[in-house]
Amino acid sequence: MAKGRIVVDESLCKGCELCTTVCPKDLIAMDKGRFTPKGYHPAELVDPEEACTGCAICALICPEAAISIYRWVPAAKAVGVAS
Amino acid sequence: MAEEKLVESLIYAKPESLYPVGTHYCPGCTHGVAHRLIAEVIDELGVREETIGVAPVGCAVFAYNYFNMDFAEAAHGRAPAMATGIKRVSPDKIVFTYQGDGDLASIGMAEIIHAAARGENITVIFINNANYGMTGGQMAPTTLPGQKTTSSPLGRDVEMHGFPIRVAELLSQLDGAVYVVRRSLHSVANIRKAKKAIRQAFEVQQQGLGFSMVELLSSCPINWGLPPVEALQWIEDHMLPAYPLGDYKVHPAIAKKPTR
Amino acid sequence: MAKELLKGNIAFAEAAIRAGCEAYFGYPITPQTEALEHMSKRMPELGRVFLQAESEVAAINMVYGAASAGVRVMTSSSSPGVSLMMEGLSYIVGSEVPVVLVDIMRGGPGLGNIAPSQGDYNQIVKGGGHGDYRPIVLAPATVQELIDLTVEAFDLAEKYRYIVVVLADGSMGQIMEPAELPPMKPVRKPEERPAWALTGAKGRDPNVITSIYIDPAVEEEFNLKLKAKQERIEANEVRYKEIALEEAEIAIVAFGTAGRVAQSAVKAAREEGIRVGLLRPISLYPYPYHRVRELASKVKAMLVVEMNGGQMVEDVRLAVEGRVPVHFYGRMGGVVPLPEEVLDEIRKVHSGLAVPA
Repeated sequence: MAKGRIVVDESLCKGCELCTTVCPKDLIAMDKGRFTPKGYHPAELVDPEEACTGCAICALICPEAAISIYRWVPAAKAVGVAS
Repeated sequence: MAEEKLVESLIYAKPESLYPVGTHYCPGCTHGVAHRLIAEVIDELGVREETIGVAPVGCAVFAYNYFNMDFAEAAHGRAPAMATGIKRVSPDKIVFTYQGDGDLASIGMAEIIHAAARGENITVIFINNANYGMTGGQMAPTTLPGQKTTSSPLGRDVEMHGFPIRVAELLSQLDGAVYVVRRSLHSVANIRKAKKAIRQAFEVQQQGLGFSMVELLSSCPINWGLPPVEALQWIEDHMLPAYPLGDYKVHPAIAKKPTR
Repeated sequence: MAKELLKGNIAFAEAAIRAGCEAYFGYPITPQTEALEHMSKRMPELGRVFLQAESEVAAINMVYGAASAGVRVMTSSSSPGVSLMMEGLSYIVGSEVPVVLVDIMRGGPGLGNIAPSQGDYNQIVKGGGHGDYRPIVLAPATVQELIDLTVEAFDLAEKYRYIVVVLADGSMGQIMEPAELPPMKPVRKPEERPAWALTGAKGRDPNVITSIYIDPAVEEEFNLKLKAKQERIEANEVRYKEIALEEAEIAIVAFGTAGRVAQSAVKAAREEGIRVGLLRPISLYPYPYHRVRELASKVKAMLVVEMNGGQMVEDVRLAVEGRVPVHFYGRMGGVVPLPEEVLDEIRKVHSGLAVPA
């Protein structure tokens, strides 16, 4: 079970690829097969082995604040806005 | 031990201090990172409703479309003066300017120096991307020797155009400036440090200690003619040597307490 | 309040304070620096804001900031300094924040000198900064009027969310005359600041103060809005004074110090049996065109007297539209015409009338 996951808001992503270069597990790729409404190839999480830990490093470098980060945490410690 | 119940929790989303809209900045431009860090700091300090931002002419001229707070758009180079006018009649408000290098170090040099010399209790976020971005990539006071721009097509010739200006070092000489640092946005580690510096600058203002400025080395993929990823590398290879990162003024009154 | 002997520059600065001016940002420039000095003493005394800026460019942008935060704010300067303020004035109009500027004109162009002049009439009355706008312009001829118009300027600026320029000259700033100051009005409480002002978006949507209208069609809409505002100003804010115009054959039109000099000449000419009177515009914008036009149907000739090479005369001719000859007499470079000079001109115009058409 993945410890975390990311959601890329495709209305904000400009396909700049910065996030793809910083993911410690190399789980983000550009979807060259699709375009966002603005005509960019969106970044997306590619995590077949459910390796994402929700570390948020991708969100740290994203110039568009397009990436939201989710993490599976014990119910007691669930902080932040439930999705 | 019983399987502990896990809940999926949203631990990071776009800061409340940014409107949920896209920006006009070029793909991969770290203006966006700077906006995000400022907004995160304002959210964390809980001051969105007491903050007034001032952005002059430049790539960030439409900052008021992105920051979810009271905002003014100043004339080119005059944000420190406009911010002075706002702060002097609203001493209990947080006032920050968000300026580019052409704005701050060229046309607005008198305003920034005198705001610092007066110890104006405002925070200046200074984006140094070594060119005039909005107008299409002309030479700025921070353009590097030899760097080609649309107004130094053969590369900046120091004989003709003079030398780059290191603003953080310059302002640190002024007694009114209490917190003047230079950070960079070209890597995750540096972005983290930049956020700490921005937070420190806002806290300096909250404590009424005087003038604070954070200079941020920032990328300009489109005018540098580089893909976003390589533009960040260009900062490391070319801008860091010319603009060393570090703390150039940290007034002793700024307690060295760790900022979260 | 009793009459006191007041110097013009001190008078308008104290008048602004009495009008509740909460912030003053300025820069030293003769012949109005005493105003800055007065503010530097009085404003801190009252817990209000005073700051000497690094330049007039910075000063007007500090004013712009304070106005955007919703307080009564002013600056004062003189011709070269006001030239440096032009971009700021345009931004101020472009974002509809209320501001008062007192311009004490001096000899020009260039460094010119520090003597009184009206050479900036066109610069100020016809617009000033870039873009389609004309500030409200009020021209005092006495220290009392300088006081009253400065106080009124604050109300007009807020009534129209606009710029009001009190336009006088070096002599007005420097002379001392008995005049009466109004009672003290306290500054606005923070919670009384206007709803549009930048006060921190607490419990409301954020406010934005900007003069950007990137879409031409939207910018035109804004310009039309300014035009409509100007039409309201033109309909409601015209001010002028008339002296001895009843059954006059000749009408003199002159403002400010030139108007004062002309008044003495009118008196002398009347004693010589010449039927002459004076129209003294006080609002240079909105200009009293209709009154000038009315006079043109009553008098046989007009004489415009200015301390410049002939600027307001164009507005008089616009109003008169050739109905009667409009003569001009002006002194430049900071020279103040003497009543005798104006009297000679009146005599010439008068003798010209005797010659059958």
